[in-house]
Amino acid sequence: MYISRSRIIQVIVVVVGVIFIVKLFLIQVLSMEYRLAAEKNVVQRVVEYPYRGLIYDRNGQLLVYNEPVYDLMVIPKAVKHLDTVSFCQDFGINLQEFSKTLQKARQYSSIIPSVFIHNIDHKTWAQVQDLFVDYIGFFINARTVRRYPSPILAHTLGYVGEISTTQLALDTTLYYKQGDLVGLSGLERSYEACLKGKRGIRYKVTDVHGLEKGSFQEGTLDSLSVPGQNLVATIDAALQLYGEQLMKNKIGSIVAIQPYTGEVLAMISAPAYDPNLLTGKKFSTYFATLAEDSLAPLFNRPLMAMYPPGSIFKLVQALIGLQESVIHTNTTYSCNKRPIKCHPHPSPVDLGKAIQYSCNPYFYYVFRKILIPNVSQNTHADTRSRLQRWASYVRQFGLGQQLGIDLPHEKRGFVPDAKFYDQCYGPKMWNASTIRSLDIGQGEILVTPLQMANLAAIFANRGYYYTPHVIKSIGNQPIDCQTVGKHETVIEKAHFDFIARNMRHVVRGGSAWRANIEGISVCGKTGTVENRHGPDHSVFMGFAPLETPQIAIAVYVEHAGWGARAATAIAGLMIERYLKGKIDRHQIQNYVLQGDFSH
Amino acid sequence: MKLENKIWTNFDWPLLLLYISLVIFGCVNLYAVDHGTFFSSSLSIFSSSFGKQCLWICITIVIFVISLFLDTRFYRSLAYAFYVLTLLFALGALIWGVQVGGHRSWLQWGPIQFQPTEFTKFTCALALAKYLDQSTIRLTQRKTQLILCFIILLPVGLILLQRDIGSSLVFSAFIIVLYREGLPPMPILIGEAILVIIVLTLFINRIYLIIGALGLGLTLIGIGKRTFKEIFTVTLITLAIIGLEEGLHLVINQVLKPYQQNRIKALVDPNTDALSISWNVTQSKIAIGSGGLWGKGFLQGTQTKYGFVPEQRTDFIFSTIGEEYGWVGTFIFISVFIGLLLRILYIAERQKLRFARAYGYGVAGVLFVHFMINVGMTLGLMPVIGIPLPFISYGGSSLCAFSMMLFILLRFDAERKYYLSSAQNFS
Repeated sequence: MYISRSRIIQVIVVVVGVIFIVKLFLIQVLSMEYRLAAEKNVVQRVVEYPYRGLIYDRNGQLLVYNEPVYDLMVIPKAVKHLDTVSFCQDFGINLQEFSKTLQKARQYSSIIPSVFIHNIDHKTWAQVQDLFVDYIGFFINARTVRRYPSPILAHTLGYVGEISTTQLALDTTLYYKQGDLVGLSGLERSYEACLKGKRGIRYKVTDVHGLEKGSFQEGTLDSLSVPGQNLVATIDAALQLYGEQLMKNKIGSIVAIQPYTGEVLAMISAPAYDPNLLTGKKFSTYFATLAEDSLAPLFNRPLMAMYPPGSIFKLVQALIGLQESVIHTNTTYSCNKRPIKCHPHPSPVDLGKAIQYSCNPYFYYVFRKILIPNVSQNTHADTRSRLQRWASYVRQFGLGQQLGIDLPHEKRGFVPDAKFYDQCYGPKMWNASTIRSLDIGQGEILVTPLQMANLAAIFANRGYYYTPHVIKSIGNQPIDCQTVGKHETVIEKAHFDFIARNMRHVVRGGSAWRANIEGISVCGKTGTVENRHGPDHSVFMGFAPLETPQIAIAVYVEHAGWGARAATAIAGLMIERYLKGKIDRHQIQNYVLQGDFSH
Repeated sequence: MKLENKIWTNFDWPLLLLYISLVIFGCVNLYAVDHGTFFSSSLSIFSSSFGKQCLWICITIVIFVISLFLDTRFYRSLAYAFYVLTLLFALGALIWGVQVGGHRSWLQWGPIQFQPTEFTKFTCALALAKYLDQSTIRLTQRKTQLILCFIILLPVGLILLQRDIGSSLVFSAFIIVLYREGLPPMPILIGEAILVIIVLTLFINRIYLIIGALGLGLTLIGIGKRTFKEIFTVTLITLAIIGLEEGLHLVINQVLKPYQQNRIKALVDPNTDALSISWNVTQSKIAIGSGGLWGKGFLQGTQTKYGFVPEQRTDFIFSTIGEEYGWVGTFIFISVFIGLLLRILYIAERQKLRFARAYGYGVAGVLFVHFMINVGMTLGLMPVIGIPLPFISYGGSSLCAFSMMLFILLRFDAERKYYLSSAQNFS
């Protein structure tokens, strides 16, 4: 076989051509891999995070909003052809800082983006926006953080943070992704579903530098992000702010409720913290600091602290006694300061005077009459069933159970019953005398400040309450008090009227004179709660005005001594601030702000 | 005027037509590359690469007209002079040259920049043809072989000094000329093979190399005379190739550290840093592969438009063709190009003058090597060596030089009938 050299050369040329065509057929027609890779190259899936819903107070004042924050990011390896001088001018940094920061970023990683400048303000951002074509390797990372124009209501508003793995596992809707922000406490948590909105997804076509070149397939696959719904809170921001100022340097709570709707007007937990601390990148740092604080500023006292109610509970005892007809309004009892000590007051007293002077032996007598109304054969079994009956009355006041407020972590408090004492002392090992501390609201009974304020609302309403709530409307949809639920006690309204009148006497002529405001018929009851941890807790519960109550309030100040001093003065100022819109009684205000309640 | 008429009657129109279609296609393609890139819109048409290429095409028309007036005798007598002149230019570029993309191969004179390398290929082809034109020349003689080697290696040396290794490899194209003119195949095969194996070892999986070597060996035995001696030699060579490859592989991977390996790879093309070579090829393959059967359409390419493929005006221009016109487009393009090469070979073969024939093979060889390396590298079949795709890549020097080579061949061909057959046929 003979082949000329010219023929061999021709064959080589043709063979090369055929090889190319075959190879091209393989990668262009037979393989899908390259087409997918090309799509992956140019199409980027951009998640558009929705704006979280805003929260306003009842008067339209903004409580929470979203602030855009811009971080200048750098990928050190990608930095190319940088005009360092103009870069430094544009961002207002000097050359030394520049090389130091870049060096630091490089040490961290040369390919993972790191923050070059934190929190660039909006103005600078607007100026430099277009320059990023020249600044290869740098880009802006925009995010929003929660901001609070006024640093109030921290506990109620709550905070957002990165979703935990357990929460992620529990999410059945499969909406959340690793790294998403969710409401972790307060309203942010309980209204997460409304506030979060809906993520949007956009497919954009980008060039090799990541510059956008248009949308993919005319945007038919894109979905718009839906911003979260705005909330209107029942909180009165001005009242809340005033309450927080009054509670400065004290430990305790104030809860104010609009009795005829169940709307929470103010909810103060002291000590508080600035909610702006628990946002964005600083979250973990400040959270650790706050969590370690011995005064527990993160602890939401109105919902979570449980205290014995003290003398304010005498009003409940009186109502149960009246309803059970074991006492009457004119039942008179001589105070012999036994078996429970009492403070000096005229004696003997009827029910009205007993409330006004907060006579301890009188209510020992009342509670005993409730438990043992008449002489019986089997005293123990009778007492047991009477205590159960008493406990069921007490529960009608919303005690010993969650009220169902629209906030997380609400505590139930505690109402002891026969079963509890059986466990404590053993069956048949206790009697009415054993549990006599209950008559004056001491002992085993525990109540949260929210429950106390709700109790005040029940007195204001003369026998019923609406579930306390913090949100008035979601989006444009109002939440009326009927939907939150009305709860009535079985006790006759006439008994409430009697108690309310005498609560007025407490303020006008009794221990609560510091809450007496000219022109407003404030009603209330003070309490001084003994406790094992130190000085007495100071308590006040009340409402105003007597006839058409606008505000029901409970104040609990830990270790501040007599209820007639700290708690009453604070409650009086809150009522004055809310109903008059200003403070006339400056000496009382100074008294509270000075914070010395020993006189 | 009489001669002029004769030229037109003997003119090879098919080759000119193939050439024109390629140039126009290249120009359209450059327009597509320019279109949509973010700095195209702000500039006037003549500062875009498309506009500049159009200007260069006008210049080639002038060259074409001039080439019609200069006959074979002109080139035949001045071949060495041209050769020396371009070598001087290359030397000048080395001394006074401007550094562009890692090569010191550009001469700048006012606003005009040109690369003597491109013209060196052409004059080297002329010089070789001139030397082979002597009727006493026998390529089996050692002395002749050395002189031819010298003619080829002189410009290669200069270009290597310019650090333009890609262009210097193109000069291996002249082996086709020597082979056609009677050089015994053994020295060519051995020399080429060693060089190719060294280069390939750096880039291609050794399994493929071994399979390739075995395949080649078996093919040679298959088409050969199948005497014992031949089979023995071929087997020996095949084993030698595998041995060389394995030895080199051992040296590179066992003895050298990774950064040294990268340096060796980067040596082949100083233009690209060693790490980004594979990225370039991957992106090029993605662009071509994403074209599919029919392509994304004119101006519709995304990979090439949005800058994923580097150097796409010059070295990686083929990826634009692949992406926008698909397999159908690349099939037609490759067919046309191979057609052009075959036509040149056919024309070269019909020359009666040995000078013209050798020159024709030189032209074919240079174009073929450019085509093979350039398209091969965009497909990942060849190492990344930065050389242009003739008539398609952006660049005035290469377009002018390639066109000039082709026009002169056309001129030789047009007057072939005036010369008696003096070429000895060694095949």
